[in-house]
Amino acid sequence: MLRIVLSRTLPRISGISNCQYSAAAIPVPSAQPQVHYNKLFINNEWQDAVSKRSFPTINPATGEVICQVAEADKADVDKAVKAAREAFRFGSPWRRMDASDRGLLLSRLADAIERDTAYLAELETLDNGKPYAVSYSVDVPMVVKCLRYCAGWADKWEGKTIPIDGDFFCYTRHEPIGVCGQIIPWNFPLLMQAWKLGPALATGNTVVMKVAEQTPLTALYVASLIKEVGFPPGVVNILPGMGPSAGSAIASHMDVDKVAFTGSTEVGHLIQQASGSSNLKKVTLELGGKSPNIIMSDANMAEAVEQSHFALFFNQGQCCCAGSRTYVQDTIYDEFMERSVERAKSRVVGDPFNMKTEQGPQVDEEQFKKILGYISSGKSEGAKLMCGGGVAADRGYFIQPTIFGDVQDGMTIAREELFGPVMQILKFKTLEEVVERANDTKYGLAAAVFTKDIDKAHYISSGIRAGTVWINCYNVFGAQAPFGGYKYSGNGRELGEYGLDNYTEVKTVTIKVPQKNS
Amino acid sequence: MPMPVPDLEVQYTKIFIDNEWHESCSGRKMPVHNPATGDLLCEVEEADTEDVDKAVQSARAAFQLGSPWRCMDASDRGLLLNRLADLVERDRLRLATLEALDSGKIFLMAYFVDLMATVKTLRYYGGWADKIQGKTIPVDGEYFTYTRHEPIGVCGQIIPWNFPVMMFAWKIAPALCCGNTVIIKPAEQTPLTALHMACLIKEAGFPPGVVNVLPGYGPTAGSAIAHHMDIDKIAFTGSTAVGKLIQKAAGDSNLKRVTLELGGKNPNIVFADCDLEYAVEQAHSGLFFNQGQCCLAGSRVFVEDSIYEEFVCRSAEKARNKVLGNPLVPGVDQGPQIDQKQFDKILELIESGKKEGATLECGGGPWDRNSLFIQPTVFSNVTDDMRIAKEEIFGPVQQIMRFRSVNEVIQRANATHYGLAAGVFTNDIDKALTVSSALQAGMVWVNCYNAMSTQCPFGGFKMSGNGRELGEYALQEYTEVKAVTIKISQKNS
Repeated sequence: MLRIVLSRTLPRISGISNCQYSAAAIPVPSAQPQVHYNKLFINNEWQDAVSKRSFPTINPATGEVICQVAEADKADVDKAVKAAREAFRFGSPWRRMDASDRGLLLSRLADAIERDTAYLAELETLDNGKPYAVSYSVDVPMVVKCLRYCAGWADKWEGKTIPIDGDFFCYTRHEPIGVCGQIIPWNFPLLMQAWKLGPALATGNTVVMKVAEQTPLTALYVASLIKEVGFPPGVVNILPGMGPSAGSAIASHMDVDKVAFTGSTEVGHLIQQASGSSNLKKVTLELGGKSPNIIMSDANMAEAVEQSHFALFFNQGQCCCAGSRTYVQDTIYDEFMERSVERAKSRVVGDPFNMKTEQGPQVDEEQFKKILGYISSGKSEGAKLMCGGGVAADRGYFIQPTIFGDVQDGMTIAREELFGPVMQILKFKTLEEVVERANDTKYGLAAAVFTKDIDKAHYISSGIRAGTVWINCYNVFGAQAPFGGYKYSGNGRELGEYGLDNYTEVKTVTIKVPQKNS
Repeated sequence: MPMPVPDLEVQYTKIFIDNEWHESCSGRKMPVHNPATGDLLCEVEEADTEDVDKAVQSARAAFQLGSPWRCMDASDRGLLLNRLADLVERDRLRLATLEALDSGKIFLMAYFVDLMATVKTLRYYGGWADKIQGKTIPVDGEYFTYTRHEPIGVCGQIIPWNFPVMMFAWKIAPALCCGNTVIIKPAEQTPLTALHMACLIKEAGFPPGVVNVLPGYGPTAGSAIAHHMDIDKIAFTGSTAVGKLIQKAAGDSNLKRVTLELGGKNPNIVFADCDLEYAVEQAHSGLFFNQGQCCLAGSRVFVEDSIYEEFVCRSAEKARNKVLGNPLVPGVDQGPQIDQKQFDKILELIESGKKEGATLECGGGPWDRNSLFIQPTVFSNVTDDMRIAKEEIFGPVQQIMRFRSVNEVIQRANATHYGLAAGVFTNDIDKALTVSSALQAGMVWVNCYNAMSTQCPFGGFKMSGNGRELGEYALQEYTEVKAVTIKISQKNS
């Protein structure tokens, strides 16, 4: 869907290159958008942290501080939870609202975001480093679509009446769970916020959201829109803060009914444990991945190369579902490698506000160093460096598009999630072999196969243990399609109708009747 | 308080095909009257068989595999419906005024009820468009099986005059949501808001041919649609008598799928343990709403013996206090009946009530000479064999009958060929659940009446029709399910 969004919002470009944007279609951005909101958002009001502390948020293209942002900690989480709990009280405006009106509010929020697309895209690029052309034509439009999709579900999420044995009338109510803690990452700040808020609010919950400390700014602006369009106070509360303090406070809170976390598998473990140690709050997790991208010998070569490039390098390689193990069938390996290297070498790395840029900086110094560390391990463990392999600029956190060949399954770069612009290409012989090797990982988020053969496509897509399998495409997302992981990649699904389940408590009501009839 | 648009000029009077305005092939036009004054509002092009053929061609082309409509993202179909809702909201005053002038309904009702429901229906189905989901199915054998929920194709839709713009939305919204193309014939009495909607449909951005609006008469244009060999489905709302003709026509032509929303003689059952004043008020509006011109009208009010006299007395009082007059003026409760034919039929049934021995509590005749207004009328001591107890009157005439026991009233309520709606007023949970389960009606209200909402399915048992409109259920009527089964070399769970 990312690719489709690109081709439909931009003038048609020859070939399938989805990384070159026509400047004419996208307005010229301001590289210095004003920051309007940098405090905590609780009960529809802007507040300093109880501790009065703040933290800097950095522009990763330059390493410079953009501004200070209020830093939420446990005391602020307590305030936010109280506000969310009050907004969820039986008889409250939010609880009594027509479901269709909840939907209308979400639609209005989508409209307001659409109205402010250019500004939000600028702010997102400033704070995260992703190219402006992508923020403008992919991230923000996807946010709008997600919210509109969820808005449509609000008054369509139906319980059932059930023919049980006995003289009873039995039905289910699909109720909201209550106060939902949501902790979102820095790789798609706006989009992750929408993925979390959309289903939670459509189903009638209230929310305490902690945004990533690397990228708090766009979420806070959206908070102002939430107030503008008319959500009652306390329904959405947004707290910028650190994981170990604010995030942990949410995960362990005795009065938060559910926590949804997107981030690393490592922190996912902590969230699950915190739930068990506190009030057994419901937990859904969207974690890491080491997704296999399988290229069969009968694949369309040009498509496969371009899509595989996109699968890994999109968003500076910072995607949980990045195709970070590219398995290429032996008979086409050499040609595939040659073309992939050529493509990687041509990838334009630079100022994210420049329309020609395809790749911006990594999000912060920590990620930057970690990725360089992995590149080092690749070299030292004997993988063949085909291109890139180092730093791409003097300031900011830019890394050269890097490809390793002759990668073996046991190497660190083949097993661990890199989250950077480093592509691993591995060789395989047979179908059965590659399915086994693809599954030999603790992760299970996504996978893809490129082939013209209908049977092979089906065999692989059934055999791979991953929550999303793409056939002859990659990174196709739609608000309508569920997304989530097998195994250590998480539990639960986001988006689609399935996404509503995780924000619902099912209540069965059984009424004695004098005489049951069918 | 919203006010009607003064000196409203009718802008759209032609046939709408392929996003263009056409004159009728025959050259004929139909007069459109204001039933409150008898004035001619305008003339509208009259569609007949040839125009229907043109429209079908256009709708069929818009439905071709590979067409813009067929290739459009489902979410974009939804977006178009939402845009249409926005435009209706923008033009709400104009549409409400037009509706009141054309149909005689109270302007404030048109504004707050009809137009509100129209907007909500369009938005509701706008939300469904990209949520219409097939399934993948674990069949036996080495197969991968899934269903596609496809649009049926070209849908003919024939709508009545009692809620013109709202019926228009009820019909096109689910059809378009599911990806169909539509030919819709508004009632000859009330084509004007439908034609304004056509203009908004074009403005919203629906591709040409997706919606075609053909004002015309039942026996000509309507019949052409029902018999057409290249229309895949027909949806009709109107009288049971015509419903039967539609069903026959489908069987006679190409077995097109048929859904029908027909008449009703709806029982409204009031038990002694209810809130009496509230029940009287609900039963009153349940009958008299929209000049009694509702398929849902609670036209057989069954009242438990012990509260019968009091109920009748209060009901008559309420009816006597109704204010008749110009529908555009605030404070008026009841407008004219839609046309002379309806007017005559209602008076005839009133006379039959008197003749067959019912007690006339109030009203019982025309309001004044040379108009289509009828006095709000209440009959008591009505027995089940009387014509006014059996036939759909579709006018401001309330029948109140007496009952003694639960089983008796259930049996009498069900003793009709109709089965559209029913009401039950009681505070007793057992009675409420027992009676609502027992009634043969598509819609049962407990301690309320006419409580409608776009999320809730609506339709009839028995001769009140088949199929459901509104809610998720309506989607089934506009969907063809295709099962696709692919041979694979090895099936795994």
